[in-house]
Amino acid sequence: MSNDWPLFEVFIRSRAGLEHKHVGSVHATDARMAIEHARDVYTRRQEGVSIWVVRSSDIMASDPAEADSLFEPARDKVYRHPTFYAIPDEVKNL
Amino acid sequence: MSGADAQTNTEASNDARLRYLLRLGDTSLVLGQRLGEWVGHSPALEEDLGLANLALDLVGQARLLLTYAAEIEGKGRDEDALAFFRDAPQFTNLTLAEQPNGDFAQTMVRQFLIDAWQLEIYEGLASSTDTRLAAIATKALKETRYHFRFSSSWLVRLGDGTEESHRRAQNAIDGVWRFTDELFAADEVDEQMAAAGVAPRLTDLQPRWSARIDEVLREATLRRPANVSYQWHGKRGVHTEHLGHMLTEMQHLQRTYPGAQW
Repeated sequence: MSNDWPLFEVFIRSRAGLEHKHVGSVHATDARMAIEHARDVYTRRQEGVSIWVVRSSDIMASDPAEADSLFEPARDKVYRHPTFYAIPDEVKNL
Repeated sequence: MSGADAQTNTEASNDARLRYLLRLGDTSLVLGQRLGEWVGHSPALEEDLGLANLALDLVGQARLLLTYAAEIEGKGRDEDALAFFRDAPQFTNLTLAEQPNGDFAQTMVRQFLIDAWQLEIYEGLASSTDTRLAAIATKALKETRYHFRFSSSWLVRLGDGTEESHRRAQNAIDGVWRFTDELFAADEVDEQMAAAGVAPRLTDLQPRWSARIDEVLREATLRRPANVSYQWHGKRGVHTEHLGHMLTEMQHLQRTYPGAQW
């Protein structure tokens, strides 16, 4: 039966102020049921305060075969990391 | 009022309170056990967990209510003794709660009708003069709001779904509607608790329950069956044959190994 139901990806915000993180997926007939299923499957141990669901088929994903051209070029550009600055002593909590 | 009269009154009211708590607790316990029977058999993994969650909420409510009942009873029993060492005639749950799971539609219809009932009961009890009962009801109300959301959305999904799901949902309602008369039939226990401000008056709750049910049934394109005059008396300990079979399984371990723990 659940094989007939579309798949939804589930995102949970663990605490106010934090971002929603992908935690898994559920089968459901509609978005409302997906929220309920996500609540029942992924927040049983107080993991969250907010749930997003989105149909898996609505997610556009990058092609793993293109990973080389998409992500390799960043490898030799270490200067993009903000690690070349001396941090003044006065600056706390950076 | 003489001292003796006052004492008799207190005893009478304590007895009514005990019986009232047992009814509420037994209804949650029996319904929770029924839902637990679905575990491992649900149509989908997600529903399996969903039903188990409802079951655990209900057993949790039963635990709080029966613990309180056991204290009022004052015979040294605890909630486990009440759950596992009473026989069917001593259980005073609503007859509707003990009805077998049947198919998924039957389970959801039973759930929906009782969820709507518990919503009204717990809302009323949240402002009970009995502060301990009010606290239990306030906690249970949050859970019950979710239960009702869960079961009513299933009612709509099934009723307004395919031809088969509609037929099954309608059959389910037709099959158990005769047990709903008991939900709001007040007896001396209910009267006494209402008069003492402990419990809401059932006659006040009935129209609200009815309106809530009608609203969902309309959306679900389901027909509300006609009321039947025959009344069931689960809350007086007179049960359908199903409760005994259910208890045999529920109580098996504690009856075989009394006091077993893990």
